Amino acid sequence: MQKKITQQRHRVVQVITKFLIPMILLFAFYVQFHGDFGPGGGFQAGVIFASAFILHGLIFGEARTRLVVSPNALRISMSFGLLLYAGTGVVSLLFGGNYLDYSVLLSNPIAGQHWGIFAVELGVGITVGAVMISLFYCFSSRRDFSEEAAFPIAHNGLDSDD
Amino acid sequence: MSIDTVVVEHVIVMVLLTLLIVVAIGIIVLNDLLAAIILSGLYSIISATVFVAMDAVDVAFTEAAVGAGISTIILLGALSFTKRIQKPQEYTNYWALLIVCVTGGALIYGTLDMPRYGDPSSPANSNAQVAQHYLTQSKAEIDVPNVVTSVLASYRSYDTLGETAVVFTAAIGVLSLMGLRRRRRKEDPTVSEKQQRRQQNEETK
Repeated sequence: MQKKITQQRHRVVQVITKFLIPMILLFAFYVQFHGDFGPGGGFQAGVIFASAFILHGLIFGEARTRLVVSPNALRISMSFGLLLYAGTGVVSLLFGGNYLDYSVLLSNPIAGQHWGIFAVELGVGITVGAVMISLFYCFSSRRDFSEEAAFPIAHNGLDSDD
Repeated sequence: MSIDTVVVEHVIVMVLLTLLIVVAIGIIVLNDLLAAIILSGLYSIISATVFVAMDAVDVAFTEAAVGAGISTIILLGALSFTKRIQKPQEYTNYWALLIVCVTGGALIYGTLDMPRYGDPSSPANSNAQVAQHYLTQSKAEIDVPNVVTSVLASYRSYDTLGETAVVFTAAIGVLSLMGLRRRRRKEDPTVSEKQQRRQQNEETK
């Protein structure tokens, strides 16, 4: 019964969050891929991407977010992003240029630069997003909260509970 | 008209920096840790506004996202393990205050030698191989409209690789300290270790 009361108490926030999360993810992808033309890039996009899943964890409970994004997937993503970045440099080495010299990646140096920057920023975005979600999991998994909010902050008698 | 714009911009930056000082004093003085965390998020937002006033929108974007977003949520997570009200300090340490004031004074004295803000003839801005090359040749060599991205990801991509490795290492550090597995309150591992040690001591007696 405690579970039902908690879910009903947060009903409005849950509905709005379900509406907002796809928008936040879309904005994260926009910031990631339009870093060439406006402010943005890998770091900002990774943080915004992670904030969508953190919002989900705060509202619906961290257990449900773990079903969506498992810690194993996060570990693999973190390493994959950094590997993608360093691997782009190694591919440049294999094509005959210096390390992280994107001009040799394709036949047209300008196109090589574009795709090199694309791959590198994607690696940064993946790593930063996975790291932020992992940090959230670390802090919110220290106690078993079951269906309650992820971070119960003491209200010192200010809570208006029934 | 252009002189008025520069003066207005400087006034805005000065007002925002004064706000930063006020918020910092608030964070130090407050005993309510939840309010201090919210104020630290506010500090990050005001810093981001200062960066926008200085025409550095990429940095402002990152500062707002990381400082006001992720930092605040991580600090709130840490706060949920402890009490909300900080114990008031029982003593005042005058030697520490003296050392901090002397160091701060020395740092401010050091900034008097720095070039004026926005000076185009300063060594950093006028270096032909570095700053001037990036600004003039970025369109021809990389053809990406955002010069900040071209510098970060192409001209200085080695530094960005190092930054990404630092973020990754920070995650490894936190994961090795705290771990991702859920711990139930009943099966607290430290309690069971103590019981195991007690049992072992009783067995060896």
